[in-house]
Parts: sequence; C-alpha cells; structure tokens
Amino acid sequence: MTSPVWDYAPAPESSDVVSLRDTYGLYIGGRFVEPASGSYFKTINPATEEVLAAVPEASTEDVDAGVVAAQEGLERWTSAGAPARGKYLFRIARIMQERSRELAVLETMNGGKPIRESRDVDIPLAAAHFFYYAGWADKLEYAFAARRVEPVGVCAQIIPWNFPLLMLAWKIAPALAAGNTVVLKPAETTPLTALLFAEICEQAALPAGVVNIVTGGPETGTALVAHPRVDKVAFTGSTEVGKGIQRALAGTGTRLTLELGGKAANIVFEDASLDQAIEGVVNGIFFNQGHVCCAGSRLLVQEPVAERLLSKLKRRLETLRLGDPLDKNTDIGAINSRAQLERIQNLVGIGVEEGAELYQVDCELPARGFWFPPTVFTGVSQSHRIAREEIFGPVLSVMSFRTESEAVARANNTPYGLSAGVWTEKGSRILWMADRLRAGVVWANTFNRFDPASPFGGYKESGFGREGGRHGLEPYVRLS
Amino acid sequence: MTASTNDVEVVHRIGGSVDEVGAEARAAMLASRSLKAEAKLWGLDLAVRCCDLTTLEGADSPASVRQLASKAMRPAPLDHSIPHVAALCIYPRLVPAAVEALKGSAVAVASVATAFPSGQSALELRVAEIERAHAEGASEIDSVISRGALLAGDDTGVYEEVVAAKKACGDAHLKVILETGELGSYDRVRRASLIAMAAGADFIKTSTGKIAPAATLPVALVMAEAIRDFADFSGRRVGLKVAGGIRSAKDALRYLVLVHETLGTEWLTPERFRIGASSLLNDLLMQMDKQRSKTYSDSDRYTVA
Repeated sequence: MTSPVWDYAPAPESSDVVSLRDTYGLYIGGRFVEPASGSYFKTINPATEEVLAAVPEASTEDVDAGVVAAQEGLERWTSAGAPARGKYLFRIARIMQERSRELAVLETMNGGKPIRESRDVDIPLAAAHFFYYAGWADKLEYAFAARRVEPVGVCAQIIPWNFPLLMLAWKIAPALAAGNTVVLKPAETTPLTALLFAEICEQAALPAGVVNIVTGGPETGTALVAHPRVDKVAFTGSTEVGKGIQRALAGTGTRLTLELGGKAANIVFEDASLDQAIEGVVNGIFFNQGHVCCAGSRLLVQEPVAERLLSKLKRRLETLRLGDPLDKNTDIGAINSRAQLERIQNLVGIGVEEGAELYQVDCELPARGFWFPPTVFTGVSQSHRIAREEIFGPVLSVMSFRTESEAVARANNTPYGLSAGVWTEKGSRILWMADRLRAGVVWANTFNRFDPASPFGGYKESGFGREGGRHGLEPYVRLS
Repeated sequence: MTASTNDVEVVHRIGGSVDEVGAEARAAMLASRSLKAEAKLWGLDLAVRCCDLTTLEGADSPASVRQLASKAMRPAPLDHSIPHVAALCIYPRLVPAAVEALKGSAVAVASVATAFPSGQSALELRVAEIERAHAEGASEIDSVISRGALLAGDDTGVYEEVVAAKKACGDAHLKVILETGELGSYDRVRRASLIAMAAGADFIKTSTGKIAPAATLPVALVMAEAIRDFADFSGRRVGLKVAGGIRSAKDALRYLVLVHETLGTEWLTPERFRIGASSLLNDLLMQMDKQRSKTYSDSDRYTVA
C-alpha cells in the first residue's frame, strides 16, 4: 500500500465476447463454403503465438467462384435500387456498432494491436465509413453534377494487416454505395474480422454475392488481380507488391487504385506547443506499433528546440506501456507477425551499422509472441537507409533542420509522398508548408487523424487514387 | 539547467504555448486508463491522504469546523486503516477554531486568504489577511491571483503580488489559486502557472470552487506540464492542487493518473499533490469499502461531516 511506484494492475478486456470457430469457410455468394482447394492455414494471435482458427487458402478455382458470385450479385444489387443500397449500408454500420466490442476484441486478438486502439479508433472509424458512404448511395448524381453515374462492376480488393477491419470499410463501403459488388481478400495474417464482417453481411440480409470474402496468401491475391472478369482492382499494401499489380494490369483496361508505403516527415518548428507536439510524435510513430503507412517515421525538428524536444520525448517514452494487447492500459501491443518483426530487427541493425545513435526504452518484453520496444534513432542522416526505407515498426528517425526551406527539401526528399505533419503556432507557416510538401495528407498540429469525409491517398510511390470523402467514390463509378 | 528564478523574466524564458486540441486529446486519453484491484485501492488511499477537506461557506461556524476537523483526522471512525486527510481548508476567521480542533494531529490548517474568491481588495489588506491567518496558526495559505491584472497583460503586477503573498506567508506553504475558469485559454493558464511559480508559489491551484468551470483534466494537464518545465528550468518542484467540482472517486483517480504520467511518482504524495473537495471524501471511503468487500455500503455508514 505504500509503494512509491504505482503499477496499474492488469485490466484485461474479456475475450468471452468472441466466439471463434475452429475452421472458417470462404464467404462466396452469401454462404460460407469449403474451399475447392481443400487447403487451410492457421491464423494466430501474434501476442501469444496461440492458434486461433484455421482459415481457407483460396485457390484459383475458389477465386473464380468468388468473382462469378460477385458478377451474379451485381444484378441483384442493381435491381435493389439506390435507396435500398443505402439502407443496407446503414444497417451494416449499425450492426458494426452493436457488435463493436466483439469486433474490437477479435481485431486485437488476431492483429496484436492494443484494445484501446481497436476499441477507440479502428472499429468506430470503420462503422463511420459505412455511415458516411450509406449517405451517398442515393445521391450519386449530386456527387458528380450533370454526369451520368454507373457502377464499374466487380471490384477486387486486397487489404493489408495493419488496420484489417478499417481497411475493409475503406474499400467495401464506397464500392457498395456506388452500386458495385466486391471480392475482398484480407491479409494472410489477419483474416478473422473480415470473416466476422461476412457474418454481419448475413445478419444484415445483404443480397447474395454483393460481398464475397476470399482468404489466402499472395497466390490468392495474384489470382484475384489477374481474373479477367474483374473490372477494378483496389490494393493497399507494400509498394513492391503494388508495382507488381500495376505491371500485371498494364494494358488490360482494368481500373486500378493503389495505396502504398510512406516515410512521412513530422516537422516540429521552434514555436510549436512542445508537449502537444510530443504527443503527436508519439502518436505518429508508435500508434499501432508503427504499422501505419502514413506513420510519422521521420522526425524533423528545428535546431533551437531539438535538444529539449528529444529529452521530453525520451521521458514520455518511459511512460508507454508495452504488453498484453487486450489490457485496457496497454499503449504498445505486439508486432503483427514474425516476418515483420524480423524485418524491423534487420533495419534497426542496419541503422546501428550506419552509425545512427540508438535509444530504446528499457522495458521487459513478454516471453512469447512478437515484440519490439519503442525505438528512436538520433544523429540520422538523409542518406541512411533508416531515413529512406519504410520500416513499418515502432522506430523513429530524428533529424534536425534550420529553415523552412530546408525542412521542405528534407521532407520531400523521399520516393514516397503519403503524409506529413507540421507543428507550429504560426498559421501562415502551416499554409506555406502545406503548399510545398508533396504528400497526400498534411496534418497541422495533429497526426494520424482520420475522418470518412476526408480524402486520403498518396503522391509518387505512395500510390494513386483517393479513399474517403466524395473523392473516394470516383474510383468506383463510370461517368458519362 | 539551473538559473535564478526570482524574476518575472523566467516566465518568458521558459515560455511555450499550449495546443488546445492536443491537450484535450491527451487528457481524454489519460482519463481512459483503467484501474483495478490493488492499484485502485492504492490510488483511493492516496487520494484520501492528498485531500484538502474544505468548507468555504458564509454559514460556517466554529462548531461546524470542529465537526469537519474530526472527520479530517478520522475519516472512518471505525476503520483505523483509513489515513487522515492532508489539510482542513477554511476561511481565515475560523483558523483559531481549526487549530484548536486539530491540535496534536498531523492534519494541516489551510486558510484561504487575499479577499478570496475574487481577490478584489487592496494589496495591503490582502497581505494583512495572510499575516493574520498565519499568525493564528494556519500552516498553509490558499491565495488568489488578480485575474483582472493577468487578463490586462500585467504579468509583472501579478508576479509582484505573489511575491508579496509569499513573503507574508513566512514559513507557511503558499498555494496560489489561478482561477483557471476566468482565464479563457490554456495559454493563459500556462502563463499564470509560470508567473506564480517564478514568484515563489509552493503549490499552484486550479480554482476557488466558486467559479464554473473549476478543475478540469486538461487544465490540470497544462498546469502539470508547466510544473515539469519549471522544474527542468529551476530544479524546484512545485506542487499541484486541483479543486472545484471533484466529487467522485473516479474523478480523483483520473487526476492521480494524470499526475503520475505527467510528473511521475515523485508527485504522488501530499507534499506535491492535493485535491480540494468536500463531498469527495465519502465517495473515496465508499469505493475503498467496495473494493475490499465487493459490495456497496449504505450511505449512512459514512459520516456527513
């Protein structure tokens, strides 16, 4: 009772709310079906390495069945009419809210992210996307004034493992609102909330074939992208895979949008509110263990405040709580997979070899599962690999700058261009910077903030096409 | 880094500003911490120890202050595991009664002073009020700043008044009330905090409790961050007192979490953290019983004063 150190006792969210099946099916044509391939893979909890369920590995034949079902679904979805399509989307959004706890717990169990994030960010935002696009379903002619609006057709959508349900929502909600049907492939390591979403589609009595979920690895994705009856491909993931998809689709006439990697600069000026900037830096790189394509992985700080900001940052890192992702007080959860952990470890090793100075929080890592402590590199040069390559982990590279122009030059000097952050109390400087930063999103005095009404997407090797807002409808409509 | 701190210039050298959206988001995040089992019990016990049990009514009398003093020393008469509160906070005229009633106990007598709550009287009267309260035995003085002067941009004036108050306190501890509900922005809360600390405040305090809004989590956060910056600059660790509208154990725990994660465990002591409240104490007691017995007791098991 007199302990001078206040250790918060464990406060785990109960996983009772989730009922897992031993084996899942593919969701095709409004039913869960066994894969023609007969092959399954195990999906685990990355925080414990415990097997959660067996999930089908969809073969070319299964993918074909998914696409055929989506094509059949197209007629049902068209004949339902726009007001009814909106009604179904509202219904899905409401069911997601009603089952939010179940979705949040499952997202955390399968992906390793802290329950605080899946509960407060992922699931509410995913539901908000459905609400937002539900509203557009019967108002498309107002989104595109004086144009005739038609759906594109069957959309193949491939999503990453960092925000499984949220990325599903970003993909499915606008596609359905615009009258398309979809075949979605969740990431290999995080298929479970997509399969729970399939149950929600059933519960919402969504017409058969409108949403189809095929699980699997890279081969399933390749088969889906290459399918001749797919009208549009939307991919979120690594730049390398994105380039492969673009190559495969060249000359086919299939529409494509890509949301790829990033190496965002988070730029702190000397007049910024430092304590809030610290929160933005922490949220920018340690949110979701840094598994965020728009993560603020490069901190550019103006020289007069560099030392002060860094000492404040280190002190703040000591208060981050790493551990059981289901604990309501956990700030940093598990790395999503062994492969990703190895990639992070490798790049951090390279950073040390290149001569950057490593700072890591001295925290105990759980014995099982995949973990990496919050890491900050100082003394980083623009030419270091850790300043150029996307690490996709809780690793921050810090550099200093002197003038606005130098900050812009450093920030833009990257193959990517997804996001950037500017921290200053001076409004005109925010606008000056935003005009010059080549990034799809520029956050001012905040970071990693999302809203369904706001478009999101990249420049350069961060991809093309926008998701969210009215802009997010464009890839899913044919205008004439 | 250390430097002379007896200078209003310190305020401008530490400087800094507050982003409203960011501060409120951080406070909301800290409020979502979940305290269970022994961690909760430890926090509730600490909250009792940090409590400035307060009565500031025109109707207060020596007899009613004696009643509250008894409660301050033994919040739960039948349970000796419950600690005493930090101080009894009262109007100056009742200091003799409080000193008498608390004689021999470790509960401090805290008197508001300086024309509480508005501060709108001549400086020499406000100083005399502190001197009188101190002479009659108050070991802690809760004084108010001139919000009008601060809002008019007279930082030096505010600074000099706090310096005068500190001098009048002698060996008593000075808590400087900023009345943040009248300051209008977090930037001004930060500036007022720095002025008070530079002028010698032992504690900075959110509110009188007579103005709404009183204590809020974002205000406490902004003040805690100013305390941290002042400690980095000067090496002196100033305390934080939150007061006004804190009625539930849950609220009290949220302030403790905020202090814990902003200032660290060194501030988790009545020497550096206080909660000014009246009805809070019974909820703390009730929640402690609940935590131990898993059932809620009837409210009549807790004394009214």
